[in-house]
Amino acid sequence: MIKLKDVHKSFGQVEVLKGITASVEKGEVVCIIGPSGSGKSTILRCINGLESYDRGEISVEGLKVDRDAPSIVNIRTQVSMVFQRFNLFPHRTALENVVEGPLYVKKEPRAQVLERGRALLAQVGLAEKADAHPPQLSGGQQQRVAIARALAMQPKAILFDEPTSALDPELVGDVLGVMRKLADDGMTMVVVTHEMGFARDVADRVLFIDGGVIVEQGHAKSVLNQPQHARTQDFLRRVLHPL
Amino acid sequence: MKGFWRDAVEFFPILLNGVALTIVVTVGSLLLSTVLGLVWAMMRVSGIKALSMLSASLINVIRGIPIIVLLFYLYFVMPDLGVTLSALQAAILGLGIAYSAYQAENFRAGIEAIDKGQIEAAQSIGMGWWLTMRRVVLPQAVRIVLPPYGNVMIMMLKDSSQASTITVAELALQGKLIASSTFKNTSVFTLVALMYLTMSIPLILLVRHFEKRAGKR
Repeated sequence: MIKLKDVHKSFGQVEVLKGITASVEKGEVVCIIGPSGSGKSTILRCINGLESYDRGEISVEGLKVDRDAPSIVNIRTQVSMVFQRFNLFPHRTALENVVEGPLYVKKEPRAQVLERGRALLAQVGLAEKADAHPPQLSGGQQQRVAIARALAMQPKAILFDEPTSALDPELVGDVLGVMRKLADDGMTMVVVTHEMGFARDVADRVLFIDGGVIVEQGHAKSVLNQPQHARTQDFLRRVLHPL
Repeated sequence: MKGFWRDAVEFFPILLNGVALTIVVTVGSLLLSTVLGLVWAMMRVSGIKALSMLSASLINVIRGIPIIVLLFYLYFVMPDLGVTLSALQAAILGLGIAYSAYQAENFRAGIEAIDKGQIEAAQSIGMGWWLTMRRVVLPQAVRIVLPPYGNVMIMMLKDSSQASTITVAELALQGKLIASSTFKNTSVFTLVALMYLTMSIPLILLVRHFEKRAGKR
């Protein structure tokens, strides 16, 4: 469904992606792990067209991702994104955030969209917060609204960019719970995360990225429990046993 | 003091005519400067180099010409080019164009103050440039822009007096005409100052309200 072929990307003189080749199948949950600055988030941003890439090719359902082409709107309505800092629209209520895309981008009928928006807020456990503005919500609640906003587009896949990194530890569970449910329902997901427990339990595959290249990839449990590459072993040791 | 009150009662109705024109010039040029300023600002942030450069050049040219010269140009030079404007039209157009440069910079600052993540979130749900501006950026930028916009309103109210230089009989010119025919300079110009102040104070309070609201967010 999502294919990356020899993707290169530089910021100025710094090459952050050095030939990434990977694919994500329909219904698959792929977690991307790796140290900060390794290029994990850049991969997601390139898939969604928030960043351009210099070489190689990215395609979604056979459609080439080109952020300057009109087709990018079509790709973005099929592949939603959830951000580390939530990025909810603060001047709109939770419900308005959720229905913004379907109403104004997809131009779906208002009554139908509002009904779906309320159902999605209920699905993420926030039915009673429909009229609250983002500053009135906790970080975890904001992220769950952001997930509902992504789902409202009825996407074929969702990209999660470190969705729990900006949350208090006690709020992480609620967000991971919602994501776990989505995975169970068969949603295609690409998740950049430091939550190794989530990756182990929910992901079908894990990609370990370092220095802009995929160092190791494979079945989630095998990569996380029995990493083959020394760099992966070192990374996991530091993450799982920081002291 | 007694003399002042007597003069005030006598001159107030005439000056009130001037107030009406002052309000017309201020509101007219405020609306024009807002629309033009928004257009210049949109061109600046459009990401299209040619539009951005054109807008930056226009803003610099407008900022570099004194308002009074702009008014003279519109009122005295344009007829030579085949475009004749009434004094009131020239005043509204001149002040509107002059202030559009400041409005544009104000709007641009407001737009650029919006977190980049907001624009990315809008893009990520498929919004194009204009929809992102209309639904996400501008509604948030308005809150940032309102306090300086209020200041522009006050400055425009006071600068509307420059329309007197091209014969618009607004408050300042009415005062000057009365003073030159009665020689009661103190009474007349005190009254004129008080009338400007009366119009400015609600605007000053409005700006304070905007600032408080912006500070709360």
